[in-house]
Amino acid sequence: MRAMTAKKAFLTSLPVMAGYIVLGMGFGILAQRAGYGVPWSFAMSLLIYAGSMQYVGIGLLQGGVSVLAAAAATVMVNARHLFYSISMIGRYRETGRYKPYLIFALTDETYSLLCNGKAPEGTDPNLYCFLVSLFNHSYWVLGSVAGSLAGGILPFSSKGIEFSMTALFIASFTEQWIVAKDHLPALAGLLGTLLCLLLFGPERFLIPAMLLITLTLTLLRSRITAGKKAGQ
Amino acid sequence: MSADTHAAVLVGVMSLVTVLLRALPFVVFRKNVPAYITYLGQVLPPAIIGMLVIYCLKDAAVATAPFGIPELIAGASVVLLQGWKRNALLSILGGTVVYMLLVQLVFR
Repeated sequence: MRAMTAKKAFLTSLPVMAGYIVLGMGFGILAQRAGYGVPWSFAMSLLIYAGSMQYVGIGLLQGGVSVLAAAAATVMVNARHLFYSISMIGRYRETGRYKPYLIFALTDETYSLLCNGKAPEGTDPNLYCFLVSLFNHSYWVLGSVAGSLAGGILPFSSKGIEFSMTALFIASFTEQWIVAKDHLPALAGLLGTLLCLLLFGPERFLIPAMLLITLTLTLLRSRITAGKKAGQ
Repeated sequence: MSADTHAAVLVGVMSLVTVLLRALPFVVFRKNVPAYITYLGQVLPPAIIGMLVIYCLKDAAVATAPFGIPELIAGASVVLLQGWKRNALLSILGGTVVYMLLVQLVFR
C-alpha cells in the first residue's frame, strides 16, 4: 500500500513539477542577479516556501528593510494562506503526525491538488497528502537551486521570465472559471481588487482588497448559498 | 550586524510569519468550525486567485508605452490555451514564452 500511495502521489504532483521547476528557476535567476546565490535560494525555498513572497523577499533583502517591515510585508502578501488553511481544517483534522508538515507546506498549488475530493482508492490518505506536499516542496527547492546555478550562464536573456507567476494564476483563474457554476466569488475577487488598486495605488491595496472581498462575500452569503442549493 | 546576517534574519522572519499564517486557522478553530468560516473556506479560493491575478499585474504600466500591451497579449494567450487544452502547464509555459518574446523582441 505504501508503494501504491507513493505512485499515486507522484502522478498527482506531476502537473506541479514542471510549473514549480520553471517558477523556482525564475526565482533562483532573479535572486542570483540580485546578488543572492545558491545558499540563499536553497534556504529561502526550503524555509519560506511561498512563491510570491520569495519574489517580494528578494527586494526586501536588497533594500535591507527592518525586521518589522519584513514581517508586515509577509503578512500582507501571504494573508491569503489564512483562507486556504480555513478550508483545509476538516480535511487535515485526522492527519496525526503529518499535520505540522502538511500545514507548513500548504502552498497555493498543493492546496489546489489536495482541496477537492479524497485520496485515490487503495492509498493511505494521510501518507498521500504528505507525499504530494513533499514532492511539490522538493520540486520548488530543486528548481530554485537550478535557476541560481543557471542564472549566470544562461545562453538567452531571461527578461520576462517573471511572467510565469502571473501566468500560473491566470491559468488557475481560467480553470476555476470553467469549472465553477457560480462566478460571483471569482468576480468579487477580481473586480474588488482592481477597484482597490485604483483607489489605494500599487503599494497599499492588498489589505483593503482582502477586507473588501471578505465583506462582499459575507454580504452575498445568502445569495451564493441559495444558488448552490438551487443548482444541486 | 553585517548585511548578510541581517538578510539571514529577514529570511527567518519571512519563514516564521508565513508558517504562523498557515497554522493560525488550525489553532483557532481546532475544536469546531463555525458555519460562516466553512462558507468562507468554500468561496474564498476563486476570489483570492482573482486577487492574485491583479496583484501580479499591478506594476504593468498602462499609462506609458507599451501601455500594458505585452501583459494583455500574453495574459489572453494563457486564457485561450487553458480554455482550449485545460493543461495548466502548457498554458503557463506558452504565456511566459509569448511574454518573453514580446518584451525582448517587439516592445524593447
